[in-house]
Amino acid sequence: MKLIVTMTVNGEERELAIPPSRTLLDVLRNEGGLTGTKKGCDVGDCGACTVMMDGKPVNACLVLGIEAEGTVIETIEGLQHAPDRPHLLQEKFMEHGGSQCGFCTPGIVMMAKALLDENPDPTDDEIRFALAGNICRCTGYTKIIDAVRATAETMRTQ
Amino acid sequence: MKSFDYHEPKSLEEASSLLAELGKPASIIAGGTDLLVEIKEELRAVSHVVNIKRIAGLDWKSWDPEKGLRFGTLVTAREIETWPAVVKHYPNLRTAVSLLGSIQVRNRATVVGNICRASPSADTIPPLIADGAELTVYSNAGERVIPVEELFTGPGKTVLVPGDIVTGIHVPAPRARSGRAYIKHGRRKAMELATVGVAVSLERDGDTCADIRIALGAVAATPIRARTAEALLRGRSLDDDTLAAVAETAMQESTPISNVRASAAYRREMVGVLTRRAIGMAMGGIQ
Repeated sequence: MKLIVTMTVNGEERELAIPPSRTLLDVLRNEGGLTGTKKGCDVGDCGACTVMMDGKPVNACLVLGIEAEGTVIETIEGLQHAPDRPHLLQEKFMEHGGSQCGFCTPGIVMMAKALLDENPDPTDDEIRFALAGNICRCTGYTKIIDAVRATAETMRTQ
Repeated sequence: MKSFDYHEPKSLEEASSLLAELGKPASIIAGGTDLLVEIKEELRAVSHVVNIKRIAGLDWKSWDPEKGLRFGTLVTAREIETWPAVVKHYPNLRTAVSLLGSIQVRNRATVVGNICRASPSADTIPPLIADGAELTVYSNAGERVIPVEELFTGPGKTVLVPGDIVTGIHVPAPRARSGRAYIKHGRRKAMELATVGVAVSLERDGDTCADIRIALGAVAATPIRARTAEALLRGRSLDDDTLAAVAETAMQESTPISNVRASAAYRREMVGVLTRRAIGMAMGGIQ
């Protein structure tokens, strides 16, 4: 059995036919063709699938696609200003080496964006608290924190 | 994930009839952060998922200095964590919700869901028991009120039957000269299940402890009250000898198991340490 779900993904209204047991993560990656959101653990531990749902960061693996009916979803693909113009967070992650193998990066960037939307001047402890649900198996956390802090500093002076 | 039939009732009446008719193979989904993991890992056979998020009137919250805290069943852990009334008046609940999973999880997970999942180690339960919180339960047979303390019958098991839907929770207002604390003990700071959780809510009258409730998590088949330990302190002064006796008694009242997170002996030992510490924190936090 398939159900029709309508959601706004990165500013574009999408109507997708999905089985009710399919997670938002699988819907975005398969039906939606947006593979920037990663499937790490699929049980809400690693944060690689972090997307914004109605402005709040969630694990897309712990949301049913059908629950996204009528919501606004933002994924990593919607973050850049243009194909050659990355978001400031993405620039700072490159500048500071905040990405090694890169698998966790989309989730971490989305979570960092959620943090900075709410708190433009976070302490390092606040950055760590916000990123507690994002695991980097390359363990490059120091540079990730550096990149988020640098983004916040640049944002405040712009 | 195994497939299931999906339902979106629009009213409590419809949801209650549906759940009563479908029985045990049906599960309510609110936050879904536990349920979806249980379905994916095949820890539970669920053939029907009933989403209650389309029912109006379950996402309210209110605070009143006389009436206390009330919130609906769909209020998320993150909403409770960032609610100024909770931050100010219920530091125990605030600590518990802020240590539950990650922000991503807390944006979906509901406090009532954390309670109804009935995990012995659930963070929100000990502080709510210590504060004497009550759940409002809807059923087509009638509405009833169940103290959180009386909800659990075993790990993952409650007195709720198919057709029951918890609609909200009430936490009494903090009394004058009362203090409260919750300590979660784990191996790391975040993304952890409690090895031991200790909540203490108490009232002070001069040098004596007028009233106290101690609730322990992850050291028995359900969250428990350490009633004998409480009785040692109620109406008594808080001297070192009494505190030592209270801690020792709380240890004796716990019946922990050994598992991957800790041994039974370690858990019991930590009940003593954390009970003393939580009493100190609750005393220090008296408003």
